[in-house]
Order: sequence, then C-alpha cells, then structure tokens
Amino acid sequence: MLELVGLTKKYGDRTALAGINLSVNNGEVFGLLGPNGAGKTTTIRLLTMLSQPTAGSIAINGLSLSHDGRQIKAVIGVVPQHLNLDNELTAQENLELHGRLHEINALERKTRIDELLEFVELSDRKNDIVQTFSGGMKRRLMIARALLHRPKILFLDEPTVGLDPQVRRRIWELVRHLSGEGLTVLLTTHYIEEAEALCQRVAILDKGSLIALDSPQALCRGLGEYVVEWEGEEHLNTRFFPERSKAAQFCNSLAVTATIRRSNLEDVFVELTGRKVVER
Amino acid sequence: MISHIVTVFWRDWIVLKRRLTRYILARMVSPILYLIAFGWGLGRNITMTTGSYLDYIVPGIIALNSMNICFAALGTPVNMSRLYHKTLEEYLLAPINAFSYVVGKVLAGVMRGLISSVIIIFFAYLFGAQLKINAWFLLALFMNCAVFAALGLVAALFMNSHEEMSNFNTYVLTPMSFLCATFFAPSQLPAFLYWIIEILPLTHASYALRQSSLTGEIPGLSLIVLAVYLSSLLWIGVRKMQQLQD
Repeated sequence: MLELVGLTKKYGDRTALAGINLSVNNGEVFGLLGPNGAGKTTTIRLLTMLSQPTAGSIAINGLSLSHDGRQIKAVIGVVPQHLNLDNELTAQENLELHGRLHEINALERKTRIDELLEFVELSDRKNDIVQTFSGGMKRRLMIARALLHRPKILFLDEPTVGLDPQVRRRIWELVRHLSGEGLTVLLTTHYIEEAEALCQRVAILDKGSLIALDSPQALCRGLGEYVVEWEGEEHLNTRFFPERSKAAQFCNSLAVTATIRRSNLEDVFVELTGRKVVER
Repeated sequence: MISHIVTVFWRDWIVLKRRLTRYILARMVSPILYLIAFGWGLGRNITMTTGSYLDYIVPGIIALNSMNICFAALGTPVNMSRLYHKTLEEYLLAPINAFSYVVGKVLAGVMRGLISSVIIIFFAYLFGAQLKINAWFLLALFMNCAVFAALGLVAALFMNSHEEMSNFNTYVLTPMSFLCATFFAPSQLPAFLYWIIEILPLTHASYALRQSSLTGEIPGLSLIVLAVYLSSLLWIGVRKMQQLQD
C-alpha cells in the first residue's frame, strides 16, 4: 500500500533522511520511532507532499507521489504535530471547510461531520470557536478532520505530544478503533509505550537512518525478552536473556542487588545507538 | 475549480460575517478623519480649476484606503497562517490547485476593500462631494482592490517574518499612500520622482477613479496598467503556492 524506496532528504550539507526503504501494509498501524531530529517529521512531510525528496520515491496504492499528487491527497488524512486548526472558525466550520476542499457533497458532509464529532466526543462543542478548546480537544478535532474525506491511510505525527496521560489514552483508543475498521495508520512518536501499545510494526530511526524494523515483540525478542539491571560504579549495567529463569539465575550470581524486567523498545534503541530515545 | 475558489472565499466570509458590525465601525474612522482633515480643514484653502478639492481627493482617499484594507486583509493573516498558525497547510494538503486558493483569497480581500470603499463613498456624499459612480469607476475600484489584495498575498507568501511584513508596509505602501496622485497631482513632483510614481499601481488607481468619477470618461490606460499588475501578481502568487506545495 505505502512504499518508500531510497527516500532521501538533504537540507544543504545536512542529511535529514538517508535513503529510507520501507513498506506499510494495508490495515497496519505502523510506527516511526526515534528521538527528536531522527527524521520522523521529515518523513511525514515528504509523504504528505509538504516537502520534496532529494532522492528516492514514494508510492501510495500504486500511485506515485511525484506524478499523482492530487489523487494521493484525496486518499490520505494528515494530523500534523502542531495544532493547525483554524482558530477563527468553530469546530463544525473547520470540518465544513475540510469537507468543501475535498468536494464532499453537502448532505454527506453534514452527516459525516455529525458522525465524526460524535466519534471524537465534541458534538456538544461543535458551535464553539476552536480557540477556546484545550490541546486534547484540538487534537481530537484534528483527527476528525483528517478522517472526514474517508482516507485510505492516516498519517499521525506525534499524535499525543504534550497531552496529559488521560487524553493520551483516549487518543490511543481512537487509533485502535480506526485500525479495527481497517484504516492504515502511520504514526510517528518518541514515546516508547505509545509505539508498543499501538503499532504492529515499528521502524526505529536515528539521525535520518533506519536502524531497525520489525514488530515491537520481535525487536525485543531479538535482544532478549528479559533484562537484568544492576548499579555499576559509573552507570547502570544491563544484560539480556531470552528466558526469565536464565535471567533469575544470573541475578542470583551477582554480588549486588539487581532487578529483572521485560525488555522494551527503549532497550532496543539504547543497544543500537548507545543513547536513550528521550535523553533525560 | 470554481467550487474551491468559493470555498476559500467562504472561509474568509464566515470570519468577516462574525465581526461585520465591528469591522464596519472600525472602517469608518480613517475616512472620516481624512475627509475632515483634507476635505474640510486643508481643502477649504485650496482652489482647484476643476471642481472642489474635496471632489479631487475623494477618489484618492478611496484608492489609498482600499489599497491599505486589501493589503492588510491578506498580508498579515496569510503570513501568520503560513509561518505561525500553519493553517495554510490545510489548503496545501487538500486536492485543490494553487490558482483556486490565490483567486479565492484575492476575492476575499476585494470584498473587504469594497465594503470599506462603500463607507467612504457614503461619508463623501455626506461631506458634500459630487461623485459620479459609474461602471468604469466600479471596475477601477475592483481592479485596485484586486491588485493590492494580490500584492498582500504575494508579500505574505514571500516574507519570512512579521517584521518583514511590517517593513514592506513602511517602505512600499506608506510612500505610495501619499505620493501616488492621492492628495495632489504627481506632475508637481521633480521629474525623476514623477516617472517612478507614474508606473506605480496606486497612481493609476487614483487616475482611473478620478477620471471616471469626475468626467465619466473611460480610464483606458490606467485600467490596462492595473490589469497588467493584477495578472502578474496572480501569476507570482500561483507559482509561489505551487512551490510551497512542493
């Protein structure tokens, strides 16, 4: 459905994306995981034609981004990282504008707007100016807007950044619901738990390069499903084990106190790059 | 394409409609001050060979006011929408062409310019001006509004900060407001300045509005100059939007 071949983006001498190859299947929730500056948003901007690649190609549903731009725009939905709703319009008018730009007829537009406002639980605020909305409400409205024209693929760029945990969970529920309906979703995130909770497959990006690609479970299995951690003289030591019993055995052999936990995508990223996804 | 133009226009109309009363009241201030200062105050001491000074400056005031209104209607809002609010992305991500966006926005700017011009004309009659509103006058007014709305849009698409937009206003629009046949004939200026002023669009807007409203003649040359400016600015605007879409 979505195929990136040798996708490269350079800004002068700086390489923002270095020849990415990946494909996303129909109905899949696919994550681009990486720290800030890894190239996630650059990828989304290239996929949505807000930026042009220096090299490489993108195809969506067999259509080439470089030749079939308008057709592709009709089948993609985009929720950017920044809140880009029209603050001078109401929630309903924002959706109305989107529907008109996508040439949805008046009757269907009205039905669809009502449905989607219900879906994102904003029906009671539909006539309110968007400027009065909280960040979470704006994000939900942006999701509704992106879905209005029934896209085949939804791009979510850092969908829960800056939101409190409760709102984040609500957005996750929405994404799961959409996935259940067969929508293909490509999301970027630097939250490990978000990638693990939502994505069937994850591509880990670092400094513009793709350094790993698989399901979260497979990536963790590759490292060892269990990790033993203990304090060293200078830093926290870790060691990975495929089974809990072996991890426990190793733990008992240590002279210092150690803990056992399940490995996660943060461990995968640290092992591959020597750094954390979110540096503290 | 037409439905997209209507949609782009519709958005601006919705926003304006919500504050139409406030907008009209705010638009009354400048014309009243201009008419008092230049019409009653200064104008009483100026004698013209043809008609009163009030009749002479009203077309100039309409030209400069509609220039400022139309430029401001698109300049800062579109610049903010591109650089800060990122709402321009909604149009860039939609399957519409750049021409529809540019034309829709320019028409929205023209709408604001026409509303403010109607207010000036109303007050000009109250102040005793003798204007002949005819089709050529309306065409010249529309063209002037469209030229400066398009200029505002182009500036907004090129300028990369609010400060740059403000500088554009200071260095381009403000000098034009005073020098382009609005309050006096450019022929009174030194020759080198006269020829520069003669090629500027506001000069031809003032000429066209004055000629059509005072004599009823067709301001052919000035309308052609305005048409050249308008088509050039629309082309630049469309090209720039296409580049943003890339």
